[in-house]
Amino acid sequence: MIGQPEAPRFPFPPCPVPYSPGPEVRELMAKCPVNQVRLPDDSTAWLVTGFAEAREVMIDQRYSRALVFAPGRQVYGVEATLSDALIAMDPPEHTRLRKLVAAAFTDKRVQALRPRVAQIVDGLIDAMLAGSRPADLSRSFSLMVPASVICALLGVPVTDVERFHEWSNAIFADWSRSREEIGEAYAAMSRYMSELITQKRKSSQDDLISVLIDARDSGDKLSEAELVDFCIQLLAAGHETTANSINMSFVALCQHPDELARLRADPGLIPAAVEELLRYVIISGSGFIPLARITREEVRLGGVTIPAGETVLPSFNVANRDPAAFDHPDRLDVGRVPKAHLGFGAGAHHCLGAQLARMELQEAFRGLLERLPGLRMTRPMSELEFREGQAIASMRELLVTWDDA
Amino acid sequence: MTWRVEVDTGLCISSGMCMGTAPGRFRFDESQHSRPTRALTEPDDQVRDAAASCPVEAILLTDAGTGQPVPPYD
Repeated sequence: MIGQPEAPRFPFPPCPVPYSPGPEVRELMAKCPVNQVRLPDDSTAWLVTGFAEAREVMIDQRYSRALVFAPGRQVYGVEATLSDALIAMDPPEHTRLRKLVAAAFTDKRVQALRPRVAQIVDGLIDAMLAGSRPADLSRSFSLMVPASVICALLGVPVTDVERFHEWSNAIFADWSRSREEIGEAYAAMSRYMSELITQKRKSSQDDLISVLIDARDSGDKLSEAELVDFCIQLLAAGHETTANSINMSFVALCQHPDELARLRADPGLIPAAVEELLRYVIISGSGFIPLARITREEVRLGGVTIPAGETVLPSFNVANRDPAAFDHPDRLDVGRVPKAHLGFGAGAHHCLGAQLARMELQEAFRGLLERLPGLRMTRPMSELEFREGQAIASMRELLVTWDDA
Repeated sequence: MTWRVEVDTGLCISSGMCMGTAPGRFRFDESQHSRPTRALTEPDDQVRDAAASCPVEAILLTDAGTGQPVPPYD
């Protein structure tokens, strides 16, 4: 296959509507579900924006994650810290590690946690009600809901949130940040986690880190490095994604006042609304390069022949706006009948915390809408400031106010 | 021994986890739920892994002879 000579540069510039695909990617989508793009190091890759095609790439083992980390191949941003992670493995090696924690994140286990999460949500809203207006929803709520939950699950002190949130912000980098900067944050987080593991080895507790320590010490099911990496990734991914999802979903709802009013009037819509927000709202930063796959052999995808050894980028969030998969995909409809989407990816690397994130989002919006009447942003969306160089769009603050009850 | 493979489509969230874990053993039906490609199979580690990895525990493995559930791994 001859490369398209004028393959556009990727990633594309930021879109003024941060939760929606920008004009450049829409132009590609209209042309073909699979298009060649040029990455920052001038290599080419195949950007997959079609729903069926992106899903196929994420499920089919002819597309390898492990080969992304072959020596000499350029990796960007957050990928640089993931070379030994679960997300860098292919089955069956991946399956060996994933099974160790899959049981802790099943829907059954997650539903048992719901009352505790509701309590956390209520406690945070109590504090907001007792505080001043405007409040920073991002710091006082969106970050603290998932951070409190993942800390309780893993057995990490939530009082350390400022420290590990800074590190995970530095780790969730897009392509523009230096590997040194990312590496320093990862090293700091590794030291922190190793100390915590040492403590827990002395006195085991009823938490997920202790379960993993036991799997290493009694079962030899993972190496010491894998243990530390695993705990870091659970902690970082367990709060960063959901925090920004709450923020960005709220922003998107504020831009759709009719949908927000509909949801306030009928809280029974919350589970469907959360699915719709997971489909509709893009939370990755503009400089994010989707986690790559490498073709193990020549493949046909979306009418295109891709040779072996090529880089393929399944753009799962953009694919959620594919008109071939969803009617009026660019319409935010909180009453939409839920249908499979790619907000959590698909296949062996389908988000481990998907059910937990769903439940957290449901409880978060239930609390916000029930207890903070007229909750709204105090500034227009165009004034939102994002941290630079983030793989996941991270707002510096999200100022909100509400009416007296 | 022969295993019976079933997917509870009421629970299935279409994650594709089973398809990624046990290639060729599951497929999406018209409503985007996972279905086994064959209802009966010889014991197979990948199929057992798929059941163990399903985020909603929607995959049921039973001994086709006795109807007893196939135990998960240690």
